[in-house]
Amino acid sequence: MTPQTTLLQTRDVGKTFGSVVALREVSMSLETGSVTCVLGDNGAGKSTLIKILSGVHPQDTGEYLIDGAPVRMSSPREALDRGIATVYQDLAMIPLMSVWRNFFLGSEPMKSLRRFDVAAARRIARDELRRMGIDIRDVDQPVGTLSGGERQSVAIARAVYLGARVLILDEPTSALGVKQAGVVLRYIAQARDRGVGVIFITHNPHHAYPVGDRFLVLKRGVSLGEYGKAEISREELTQLMAGGAELDELAHELQRNESTL
Amino acid sequence: MTVAASDADERLRNTGFLRRLLIRPELGSVVGGIAVFAFFSTQSAVFRSIDGVANWLDPASTLGIMAVAIALLMIGGEFDLSAGVLTGTSGLILVTLATRAGWNVWLAMLAGLAIALLIGFLNGLLVVRTRLPSFIVTLGTFLMLQGLNLGVTKAITGTVQVSGLRAAPGYEGARAVFAGSVTLGGTGFRVAIVWWLAVTVIATWVLMRTRPGNWIFAVGGNEQAARAVGVPAARVKIGLFMTTAGAAWLVGSILALRFTSVQANSGIGQEFIYIIAAVIGGCLLTGGYGSAVGAAIGAVIFGMADKGIVFAGWDSDWFKFFLGAMLLLATLANRLVKKYAEEVRH
Repeated sequence: MTPQTTLLQTRDVGKTFGSVVALREVSMSLETGSVTCVLGDNGAGKSTLIKILSGVHPQDTGEYLIDGAPVRMSSPREALDRGIATVYQDLAMIPLMSVWRNFFLGSEPMKSLRRFDVAAARRIARDELRRMGIDIRDVDQPVGTLSGGERQSVAIARAVYLGARVLILDEPTSALGVKQAGVVLRYIAQARDRGVGVIFITHNPHHAYPVGDRFLVLKRGVSLGEYGKAEISREELTQLMAGGAELDELAHELQRNESTL
Repeated sequence: MTVAASDADERLRNTGFLRRLLIRPELGSVVGGIAVFAFFSTQSAVFRSIDGVANWLDPASTLGIMAVAIALLMIGGEFDLSAGVLTGTSGLILVTLATRAGWNVWLAMLAGLAIALLIGFLNGLLVVRTRLPSFIVTLGTFLMLQGLNLGVTKAITGTVQVSGLRAAPGYEGARAVFAGSVTLGGTGFRVAIVWWLAVTVIATWVLMRTRPGNWIFAVGGNEQAARAVGVPAARVKIGLFMTTAGAAWLVGSILALRFTSVQANSGIGQEFIYIIAAVIGGCLLTGGYGSAVGAAIGAVIFGMADKGIVFAGWDSDWFKFFLGAMLLLATLANRLVKKYAEEVRH
């Protein structure tokens, strides 16, 4: 594997919307061929952070560095041009459009006379999906006919094929069943092994821990710290996310349930 | 990977062909078109003769040009209620400039095109910037244009029409290109039919084989998702409104050159017929799905009904009843098709 280099980094970034401080002094980093997990409960500031990272809106304070150079982006197109692709939870795909049309949406292969090379698009979509081990029956079928896990997987394969160096995944597993979530986690690992840096946003430490290399925990817009895998165990991560007292209470409750069984 | 049919998956059963046919957006309009043709053919021998066909293809063509443009716009997820009255506006500009200001007809047409495109651009810009429903924005434009058409025409001519285009310089040439006839097998076909076919072919090609076509489906299907992958949604939508306006100009010019005069209220009420023809052609009211060919066939259905009712010797008031019934049927059929297309297959 190639030596790891830092793809992107934030230093004390913050964002306010009117009087609401959505994010305050958050620092994180992402290396090539690694997975940085962003964990936090609802309202922790995960969405605000990824919107800054993916160029939806610029940060108000702090620094955002890509390949070591500070940037301020204000459109997803800018981020895409720098190789940062984002797969959103609900709006990854256009349901009524075919798999191959979705696969190349926004980056259509062209031939002479500004024509969309439909044959190539079909062929490449099918081959790329197979290469990622994604088994789609028919690339002409509308994406709406795919299951949630299949949709996320297609979106990941698409971003990797289109040359993403950084893949931002917004809660890709949260709406999925156990088996489907496992499938998506496997594609995250595949993308990582191909040298892509993955930012994996989730509120589930059990999904994050097996694939993650670094873990950033957010709570109410502030960072509770960024940890390497060696510095934190799964239990500590879960504990950190839930907050000590709340978790103790939960453990107590679970214990009582156990004893009544 | 030596097998030629390697792109087929063994889990795809042969029912795939039938299914693919059933989820074609045009299907409803083709079936409807055949049914309406068969029905009026039994009612009137003239209807099914070559002269009859030329006769009902004429209203189908001017309606069809608009229906195809509206279909693109609806696939892109928007409506344009000002499209009908804009055909009137374009015609009025052409005739007024050519007869009152003494402009050459071609030049007057260019001016009409520029103004139409500007109105389309403003429609699009307003929709994109304000994020108001295009239904409301273009309803506003519709009423404003309606007022302008009447007010300005009255102020200039003192009546509610402008006429006398025949005497204007350049009229004969423009008429030959936009409002002439082509004789085929002894029957005169309006040249508007050629324009309509050309518009349909170009629109279909853009939709199916170009990058903007892919974007049109995407912004109508899920605008946010499209934007997130880098589709310039605002530009696509403004372009669609301008396309509709351009089509309205073409139709307005064709009609003005044909009749050599334009009523100040012309085009009003047509906007819904365009939308209905597009819906019959398979466009979903929610956007993201539809077909230009379907809209063109939807226009043929209206052309047939419009003239067929007259050929059959009925009162033309029945046309409106027919319009409503077709709309309801088509919307129900489209919903079924959409459900069928989105159904998860195992």
